[in-house]
Amino acid sequence: MSQANPSVGPWALWRDRLLKLQSDKPHLVLLGLMLFLAFLAMDPATWFVLTISGMAMGTMLFLMASGMTLTFGLMSVLNLAHGAFISLGAFVGAVMLTGALGVYTVSPSLGWNLLAILPALFAAMAVAGVVGWLFEVIVIKPVYGDHLKQILVTVGGSIVLIQLIEVTWGANEIPVPRPGALRGAFVIEDWVPLIGGLVMEKFRMVALLLGLTVYGLMLWVIDRTRLGILVRAGVENREMVEIQGYRIGLLFLGVFIAGSALAGLGGAMWGMYREIITAHMGEELMISVIVIIILGGLGSIRGCFYGALLVGLINLYIGYIEPRLAAVATVGLMVGVLMWRPQGLIPVIKV
Amino acid sequence: MSEPILTLTGVHADIDQYHILHGIELQVPRGELTVLLGRNGAGKSTTLRTIMGLTKVPRGSVTFNGKEITSWSTSRIARAGIAFVPENMGIFGQLTVRENLVLAGTHGPLDQSRLDWLFDLFPPLKKFWDRPAGNLSGGQKQMLAIARAMVEPRDLLLVDEPTKGLAPAIIDDLATAFEELKAREVSILLVEQNFSFSRRLGQTVAVMNDGQVVHSGTMAELAQDSTLQQDLLGLGLGAHQ
Repeated sequence: MSQANPSVGPWALWRDRLLKLQSDKPHLVLLGLMLFLAFLAMDPATWFVLTISGMAMGTMLFLMASGMTLTFGLMSVLNLAHGAFISLGAFVGAVMLTGALGVYTVSPSLGWNLLAILPALFAAMAVAGVVGWLFEVIVIKPVYGDHLKQILVTVGGSIVLIQLIEVTWGANEIPVPRPGALRGAFVIEDWVPLIGGLVMEKFRMVALLLGLTVYGLMLWVIDRTRLGILVRAGVENREMVEIQGYRIGLLFLGVFIAGSALAGLGGAMWGMYREIITAHMGEELMISVIVIIILGGLGSIRGCFYGALLVGLINLYIGYIEPRLAAVATVGLMVGVLMWRPQGLIPVIKV
Repeated sequence: MSEPILTLTGVHADIDQYHILHGIELQVPRGELTVLLGRNGAGKSTTLRTIMGLTKVPRGSVTFNGKEITSWSTSRIARAGIAFVPENMGIFGQLTVRENLVLAGTHGPLDQSRLDWLFDLFPPLKKFWDRPAGNLSGGQKQMLAIARAMVEPRDLLLVDEPTKGLAPAIIDDLATAFEELKAREVSILLVEQNFSFSRRLGQTVAVMNDGQVVHSGTMAELAQDSTLQQDLLGLGLGAHQ
């Protein structure tokens, strides 16, 4: 607490406030710092576009990472096959967009596009969720409580799932058509005096909106509903949740299914964003996903969200400033944060 | 006397490679407060955990309300009507006091009159209603832990060393709460090292040593017989030194 002490100058007061802020809200401090430094390093219009794009990328990464952080938080299960669910979602989404719903996809009308996109996203979630259910029961359940076996078994499961995707849809890259109305960009000329003209890709705006909506929904469930209280309690102390009469295994299965479905949703979005998908795309994304959940603090939904935003932003900022450093930026961010706060940005305290 | 609410017959239990319980024989009379005494390491906490299904029972049987619950899962045992307050209290520190209690009410929304009764017993719970339970003091956490077990009517309460590390004034508050519960004829099995606290509350008593019940009877009998106290509990003190 900073107190109004006359012998202390305004600088000391501000310093105290800053110190308190960095220990209370490290995620906001880091996010602010990154936005500010990037603002100094480039012209305002570029900064604005990169920021919005970075946040769009971040929210898509958040969709993919949120399930993994919750399964780890709730049951200490390390599911390294999570990436396979991302790929699975991307393929199901792509098949829906090109196959039965192809007519609606190419139409330039947003209304018809939505008739393709919504079922595609829903199917991606449903298929990933159902496969997640089977995966939990068959692969994960026998290895509760043993991290080494979890790593071995889920890496194996991941290989099997990815091979199944290749068997089903082929080993080649598949182009994903972006829906007609979401192609191209919004062009705004002389929008704001400081920023000037802007070119914003439409799809990124949609991805950002969807990501924020899902985050909002998840926060509502976690903060306001009984199910959310139960999940938070389970992350903190599993045994005590059982002692209160709840079947933690069932709760975990539900969370695992939801997490797999979200990975599928994120994969489908990512496929439309990149416009090309491979069976291995999920594995490639797992590096970012793992960095995000470690950054944010294992098991923390808020931490996961801010971690994802930071990873998305630093990717685009560094990619613009010095493209050769883009690959190390993500890992560098994680190393930096862990040196500063080894427990992650918003840690979950476990008993 | 009616049939006991809980009966343990020849219960054995292991933790890892250690054999902790060697054939426990224990009866908890319905509507009474039973105190389980004994020195550290005698197996009191393990007995409670075993009843709750948290420790596997390779031999013996646990019967609750006439039903054999030995192999039931913990959550099923809880839903059958046993509440358990473990030694570390098991408070969810990141949840608010309210959320801790909401979670304990497994049958839907909390009953306001029961909640008011709990607030009367433990005023700090009302004061810190929307604060994270992790910020409560040790005594307040214990109040919350017991309130959580009482927020809905339960047939049997298992409480593990509620007075441990608490100030005398707070221990007094807890004793009052237990007396209220006794007045409502809730069956309670209490593990306690604090003999004056357990003498004040206990109606029946069982003393454990080395994973077995070595004495059981009424508290009045044990409270009056100082030789018996010396034998059963002094022996425990001697073993400490």
